Amino acid sequence: MYNIATFTMATVCFYFQVHQPYRLRNFSIFETTHGDLDAPRDYFNDQSETARNNQRVLRKVARKSYLPTNQALLELLEEHPEFRVSFSFSGVALEQFAEFAPEVLESFQRLVKTGQVEVLSETYHHSLAFFYDRDEFHNQVEEHGELIYDLFGVTPRVFRNTELAYNNELGQWADEHGYAGVLAEGWDPVLDWRSPNFVYQPPGAKKTRLLLKNYKLSDDIAFRFSDKNWKSWPLTAEKFTGWVNDHNATRDTSGELINLFIDYETFGEHQWEDTGIFDFLRSLPGALLEHPDNTFMTPSEVIDNHEVHDEVDIPDTVTWADTERDLSAWLGNEMQQSAVKALYELKPHVKEANDSDIMEDWQRLQTSDHLYYMCTKWSNDGDVHAYFNPYDSPYEAFVTYMNVLSDLRERCGRQGKPSKSTASLAVEVS
Amino acid sequence: MFGWEFPPHNSGGLGVACEGIARALVRAGHDLHFVLPRSYELSEKNISFMYADTKREHLKVTPIVSTLYSPYATSSSYREAVEKGYIEPGPYGNSLLAEVMRYGQQAEAIAKEVDPDVIHAHDWLSFPAAMAAQRATGAPFVAHVHATEYDRTGGNGLNQQVYDIERAGVQAADKVLAVSNFTRQTLITHYGLDPAKSGVAHNGIDSEEKKGMAPVLQDIKNRGGKIVLFLGRITIQKGPDYLMQAARQLLDVRDDTYFVIAGSGDMHDQMVEQAAALGMADRVFFPGFVRGAKIDQLYQSADLFVMPSVSEPFGITPLEALMNKTPVLISKQSGVSEVLNHALTVDFWDTEKMANQMNAVLEHPALYSELSRNGNQEVHTISWDDTATAIDAAYGSVL
Repeated sequence: MYNIATFTMATVCFYFQVHQPYRLRNFSIFETTHGDLDAPRDYFNDQSETARNNQRVLRKVARKSYLPTNQALLELLEEHPEFRVSFSFSGVALEQFAEFAPEVLESFQRLVKTGQVEVLSETYHHSLAFFYDRDEFHNQVEEHGELIYDLFGVTPRVFRNTELAYNNELGQWADEHGYAGVLAEGWDPVLDWRSPNFVYQPPGAKKTRLLLKNYKLSDDIAFRFSDKNWKSWPLTAEKFTGWVNDHNATRDTSGELINLFIDYETFGEHQWEDTGIFDFLRSLPGALLEHPDNTFMTPSEVIDNHEVHDEVDIPDTVTWADTERDLSAWLGNEMQQSAVKALYELKPHVKEANDSDIMEDWQRLQTSDHLYYMCTKWSNDGDVHAYFNPYDSPYEAFVTYMNVLSDLRERCGRQGKPSKSTASLAVEVS
Repeated sequence: MFGWEFPPHNSGGLGVACEGIARALVRAGHDLHFVLPRSYELSEKNISFMYADTKREHLKVTPIVSTLYSPYATSSSYREAVEKGYIEPGPYGNSLLAEVMRYGQQAEAIAKEVDPDVIHAHDWLSFPAAMAAQRATGAPFVAHVHATEYDRTGGNGLNQQVYDIERAGVQAADKVLAVSNFTRQTLITHYGLDPAKSGVAHNGIDSEEKKGMAPVLQDIKNRGGKIVLFLGRITIQKGPDYLMQAARQLLDVRDDTYFVIAGSGDMHDQMVEQAAALGMADRVFFPGFVRGAKIDQLYQSADLFVMPSVSEPFGITPLEALMNKTPVLISKQSGVSEVLNHALTVDFWDTEKMANQMNAVLEHPALYSELSRNGNQEVHTISWDDTATAIDAAYGSVL
């Protein structure tokens, strides 16, 4: 029916997200009202034995995930010259590597030096600024680009937004700013009849291509790998390779590209070593390469080597989270809405204050994780949310965040809330 | 089933819990005989009440109603009552204990009359009765623990006789049900409970849509003032003194807040004095013991309900508050915190954090409304039928 020889090889494209937020310490309103407003705030400097202590968390994840996975990848890249991966690092994660675990940063630098690793562009503070403040967004992307160049000596060509949050406007923005591509979730309702396994483009884009996550195969690794109730458990490299090869056989209809977009902490942190995740990772490239039609590419290579299949119209924002695949995990409830509103309303005062500490605190508060901790959608995706939440409850997360925000507002030299006068509230107690 | 009190003749949560449990067990198909120490005018569909003070031909009856003592009296208040001559010290040193032991003496005859498959008793007051019934009939005994002497006294001034009865009951029981993991742990640590014969049956609440009521303290609300409510016995167990300290801190940062400390108890006067000493006498109201519809009215008027208990085996009041859509802040040292996700929680001793959380609810409408809406939804999923299911499993394990 068709001539296999005329088809390009089926491509596997790995993108790993590397991110660690600056979590907030407990912050009391009394530090604002009774404390010295000029004293160092240390909002992000928790020293407790909890998951709020950023240094502690980072060193733990470095030991369990980053260092062993980097080592495995380094060996795999050497062993298989065809092997490729890509990373998107948040700026706040890179800062914390430099401060708390420089050996992690060095090992990422070694990976990039192989020439088989692409680094992607994102917002420095892993923020949702695109949806609230376009100038701030642009500014953070620039800052991130500078940091990536300083640390890795490369200039990213492909953009991925925080939480893979994407809509047509973002595609348009990327096109206007000369990006070769943008990553997004390959969510069936927005793809309609399309397969995620081709290269697409945003409507009317001149240059920018759209790469869509194959969420089924990605989540087989990221979420289902250790699920003993899953029919495909235990997942082996051979089994996974079989699924990719199945695509090969019918790639004119089911696609020529498998985009595996995964949180990097999947390896060793979300899926612990004893699940066999490292063995899986170590044997996967070799197993995939046994099939002569399989190959690996970075996102840029994919874009340079594949034709655009179609346009995809995505007017409403799609993300990679939860069953809804929207922003509701970050902005779904009133607390999240009021927190993000208060955050961005502070911007003029932050600018006016013209103080680099205040600016940095404000930007770190934009990291999407702070909003995620306030999510109350417990009943459905509750397990995932509880696992990633260093607070007792989303309410606790909100209280802490708002206390800090109100302190920051005071520091900006602005009378945040009208002071409540005793006289006006003197009540006749009957 | 041996109990001590039953609504409306109850002085607190034990009676409410017995009612909820008894009704749910009957709904689940159990044939229930509920034994109380005293005669009351009680009519409850499908529950057969028996009274230990009722004359039976083959029973030598001693009327045992002698005092108005509630099961929540602390050991110090017994002593005080005896010292002041309010009550006669009984053979066991005070009158409540005498009642408990006399209740136990009647239980044997009642048990033989009923011939139960399972004997189920609530708290130490009815343990001697249940143990007597166990000896008389050989039926398995399920001890249901709603509170312990450790909780009531905060660990200090423990009444040894009460403790001994609790311990004997827990040891003699074929199965022990605690109202929370928190209490189960207390029993394991302090009462030598064998974890293998223990289980947890969290309390429930009757789901109901509360009618909106006219708010109280209208003056305050009209002026935009905020109301924080405490409702419970004013005793060391309930932690009112910690709330007072937190209130003082809160009033330092916002002057629009008023505290209602509803209830009675042996720390009442001390709390009134503490409020004055902290310079907030005009901010803290003590309306006394509140009953009936007034309770819902108070809940609905409040912007926040606080339960700062030092040691709370369960704690039904936060569920009642949420039934009235009032957000709750509860101590982590409570059983109810095991079943409520949509609540603020705090260690009772962490008064600064308590003040921070109170402030946040009063300051941010978004927090108030999320806690109110989600908490109200959640409380409608908590039911006595789930309690009955856990009890049923306990019965199954001893039959």
